[in-house]
Amino acid sequence: MGRVWKFGENLNTDEIIPARFNITIDERELAAKAFCEIRPDFAQQVQPGDVIVAGGNFGCGSSREHAAVAIRGTGVKCIIAPSFARIFFRNAINIGLPILECPQATEIEEGDEVEVDLSRGEIHNLTQGKVYHTNALPDFVLKIVHAGGLVRFLREHDIEELMA
Amino acid sequence: MGTLVEEIFSRRAGRPVRAGEIVLLDVDYIMSHDNTTPLAIKAFREIGKPVRNVDQIVIHFDHAYPAPNLLAAENQQKILRFIREQGIRHFYHRGVCHQVMIEEGFVRPGGVVIGADSHTVTYGALGCFSTGLGSSEIGAAWITGKCWFRTPETILIRLEGRTAPGVYSKDVMLYLAGLLGMDGATYRALEFEGSYIRNLPVHERLVFSNMSVELGAKCGLIAPDEVTIQYLMRETRARPPFDLFAAEHPRYERVVELDVSTLEPQVACHPDVDQVKPLREVEGLPIDEVYIGTCTNARYEDLEIAAGIFRGKQVHRFTRVLVTPASQTIYEKAMANGLIEVFLQAGCTVNAPGCGACLGRHGGVLAPGERAFTTMNRNFIGRMGSPEAEIYLGSPAAAAATALEGCIADPRKYL
Repeated sequence: MGRVWKFGENLNTDEIIPARFNITIDERELAAKAFCEIRPDFAQQVQPGDVIVAGGNFGCGSSREHAAVAIRGTGVKCIIAPSFARIFFRNAINIGLPILECPQATEIEEGDEVEVDLSRGEIHNLTQGKVYHTNALPDFVLKIVHAGGLVRFLREHDIEELMA
Repeated sequence: MGTLVEEIFSRRAGRPVRAGEIVLLDVDYIMSHDNTTPLAIKAFREIGKPVRNVDQIVIHFDHAYPAPNLLAAENQQKILRFIREQGIRHFYHRGVCHQVMIEEGFVRPGGVVIGADSHTVTYGALGCFSTGLGSSEIGAAWITGKCWFRTPETILIRLEGRTAPGVYSKDVMLYLAGLLGMDGATYRALEFEGSYIRNLPVHERLVFSNMSVELGAKCGLIAPDEVTIQYLMRETRARPPFDLFAAEHPRYERVVELDVSTLEPQVACHPDVDQVKPLREVEGLPIDEVYIGTCTNARYEDLEIAAGIFRGKQVHRFTRVLVTPASQTIYEKAMANGLIEVFLQAGCTVNAPGCGACLGRHGGVLAPGERAFTTMNRNFIGRMGSPEAEIYLGSPAAAAATALEGCIADPRKYL
């Protein structure tokens, strides 16, 4: 069970982590600056297992993987949005940060308690007593997610096995 | 057969590929820069397998170069150690990565290039499929030489007519950003065609592919033609044989048609790239910094337009005016032809080629409450420094006119 942190639409990577903080690849340092300019209390107050819910086109802008790494570093369990910018989508999957595309994400409110079942693609909104079914991730993407990210997948497998 | 992206993917895969299909493709080159290479090295080390072909790796120092602080310096030192350790030959610090990729011949029609930078899409104007990825995939591709793609559906942008004097491809692209919105092409390919595109020189075509990502697109393609080939021969190290191809019996998800002849100069207003208005609606807005630079609009012809407006005049005394040629090659040509002299005499600051100010790293950082007018491609809050600063986007001509007046100005009166 996690608390929802709600963000608007078209949230860009500069808002997730401004470029000037990208000089480190240390996950904890990046996490400490997550959303620092648009939501200064976030990094301090977010709890492991919390969930980010946002409007469409989440993570647009730069290709910086630092953005996905910073969010993973805060302990956020999952990001839910109607759609994701494509590079952020890949980055999140590749580092093993689960994301769910859910058209009804906008119904979820700040502070709601939600439970996410990744394998079934279900979001249970305990506060509102609703269940949302999300777009399932393609099989080969699930292979990366289940391995814990692209790096871990490639440690054990050849890339051709993704398509097998 | 199919759209341009289907055509490129089919040729590469050796079988017909249609939108929606997932393909694993061999890539030609794998690009990264000083900002994104460290995480790629981390992923590479964690996977723990050898580089497949070191000559596919291209690394640029451009985002914070020369290093503006100790952390950036140490970061680049670590990358240099990796470059030496792996024997990477394709290492550049000659300006903005995308311009240098084109100049050095890594970009060819029908090619497949990936890069750890969102503006890797720039090469699409030369008929090359190119797209931005995160660092882990770059580190992985050093090992595999491959990358997976979901073949995107295509939105066709058909542009007809000729633009009026003082209106450039930047104005047309900004107008399209306003029309389609910043998620108007998410997960999609954009394809640009029509009489306007066919008659357009490559340096202006590149603005369309470059800014495709601002609409969320995976790539922004233009069919390669004679204009493309002549540009490659004249301006780059790429040499024949060149692959010429076009979309054949394509199925488009959507077609957007626009007659460019009625357009006037456009501006993307704070705080989003799709907040686009005709320039006259924001004329007179005071500007603290003008920045003519970046992978969008700092090519020789862009500098030539700006210099034409600056010649014999002085920029506004309370406006910082920064000119950053996209590459050393462009800098050299601008120097040889007297453009740099014009900038200096007009009171501009000419910076070393690179990205610095575009991402608020160095060489033009904005203070709270300041407002910039730039030739960049994105105006996110905090992009150039303070989150309390504002960024407006326009053409090089509009930027130069604005520099003279210290407030947003119509370039047409200076032409």
